Amino acid sequence: MLKFTEEHEWLQIEGDVATVGITAHAAEQLGDLVFVELPEVGATFSKGGDAATVESVKAASDVYCPLDGEIVEINEAITADPSLVNSDPQGAGWFFKLKLANKADADALLDEAAYKELVG
Amino acid sequence: MDGPSDLKKTPLHALNLSLGARMVPFAGYEMPVQYAAGVMKEHQHTRTGAGLFDVSHMGQVTVRARSGDNADAARALETLVPVDVVGLAEGRQRYALFTNDEGGILDDLMIANRGDHFYVVVNAACKDADVSHMRAAIGESCEITLHDDRALVALQGPHAEAVLAELWADVSSMRFMDVRACDLHDADCIVSRSGYTGEDGFEISVPAALAEGVCRRLLDHPDVLPVGLGARDSLRLEAGLCLYGNDIDTQTTPVEAALEWAIQKVRRKGGAREGGFPGADIILEQLEGGASRRRVGLKPEGRAPVRAGAVLATDPEGEDVVGTVTSGGFGPSVDGPVAMGLVATGAAEIGTQLYAGVRGKFLPITVVATPFVKNTFKR
Repeated sequence: MLKFTEEHEWLQIEGDVATVGITAHAAEQLGDLVFVELPEVGATFSKGGDAATVESVKAASDVYCPLDGEIVEINEAITADPSLVNSDPQGAGWFFKLKLANKADADALLDEAAYKELVG
Repeated sequence: MDGPSDLKKTPLHALNLSLGARMVPFAGYEMPVQYAAGVMKEHQHTRTGAGLFDVSHMGQVTVRARSGDNADAARALETLVPVDVVGLAEGRQRYALFTNDEGGILDDLMIANRGDHFYVVVNAACKDADVSHMRAAIGESCEITLHDDRALVALQGPHAEAVLAELWADVSSMRFMDVRACDLHDADCIVSRSGYTGEDGFEISVPAALAEGVCRRLLDHPDVLPVGLGARDSLRLEAGLCLYGNDIDTQTTPVEAALEWAIQKVRRKGGAREGGFPGADIILEQLEGGASRRRVGLKPEGRAPVRAGAVLATDPEGEDVVGTVTSGGFGPSVDGPVAMGLVATGAAEIGTQLYAGVRGKFLPITVVATPFVKNTFKR
């Protein structure tokens, strides 16, 4: 199940684990990324918590945790090469996998049509 | 509340939009922060080809002695800057600083001797204050005119000369800091061999109505890409150049800012025209005895950029604070983070290991020499 947040994250949910990244819209707005700081595996976050940081040449931005959960995997490929987030934000540029504390919370997020309407 | 309609537009506004610029408010203007290529590519291209920058937001001012004798204008300007203007030859330009009574810096600027007047280029954010400052101090002896009817562009990079030579062959005889009148595409322009990137290049003043035409001619050349303010900042940072408002301001003296080189001997203690500018006592004293803090280059050890405002300490716990980062970001040409900061003189030696506060942690950062990328000026 593919869901989106108003903060421009996407979630690919399988069972109770969500793969999370930022959308193409967000990546395009941020510009060329030069640095990514990912959370530690095992860290827990509430919905809206600062999970990761991305930096472009000019500025740093926060990536929020979209739902309550625990980080079970992180994508080291993007720390090694932040440009992956720009070239493939909704594929190889994924950030982390989140074990959802409450899978039903995902129902309240945006579906693809609603997100597309949000970004216009 | 300010709306987009409150922002001024440069003469190249329509051109910028047509080139896919992402516009942002800057110093009261709508300015291109990047074009379609993006900051990284625009930055790298400037160091390998030729980048064209719209810097028309900056202030272009002429200073003309009412007596008709340009030496009077030179002397008048010397009452405002700790720089040798009287000895600046016609057709030459020099970096200068407006100082205040505390020895602080009001703005950094370029002064060019155009024979019968001086041509002064100041920062956009300071231009109104600078013009008022000049008029208040030297308006009686000099006519001070702000030229809103001219655009200013910079063509920077190793291919800049070859590109400009196609429009104007004379360019090849110019050396770094020369200033000349030139006829570009029937436009009556002023060209200086100078810039803000550390690369060889030119700054070109064009009458507003003809600016788009001149730029389109330059952009027609396959080596030229339009470059925005985002890359302008990363380029100047790699070149170790100060940004007014970040690295220098009214709270920094030229000595603290490591800009002593801009103060020629003739204006220092013992020189023929010693002092005579605001804050001279303090500045001349610091030139002899040093200042308590100094601007330095900084290289973060990891990949994380360390940005302006970050605290600098000598210990990894961040307890012994010795300074602050004044400019910081990512340097595409060095493929890593770069920064500059103001630190206590005791911590300013090259090689000093410091720690910078970033998101609650203190990251190792080393004092290094600038520039981070070798300058390629055609001296």
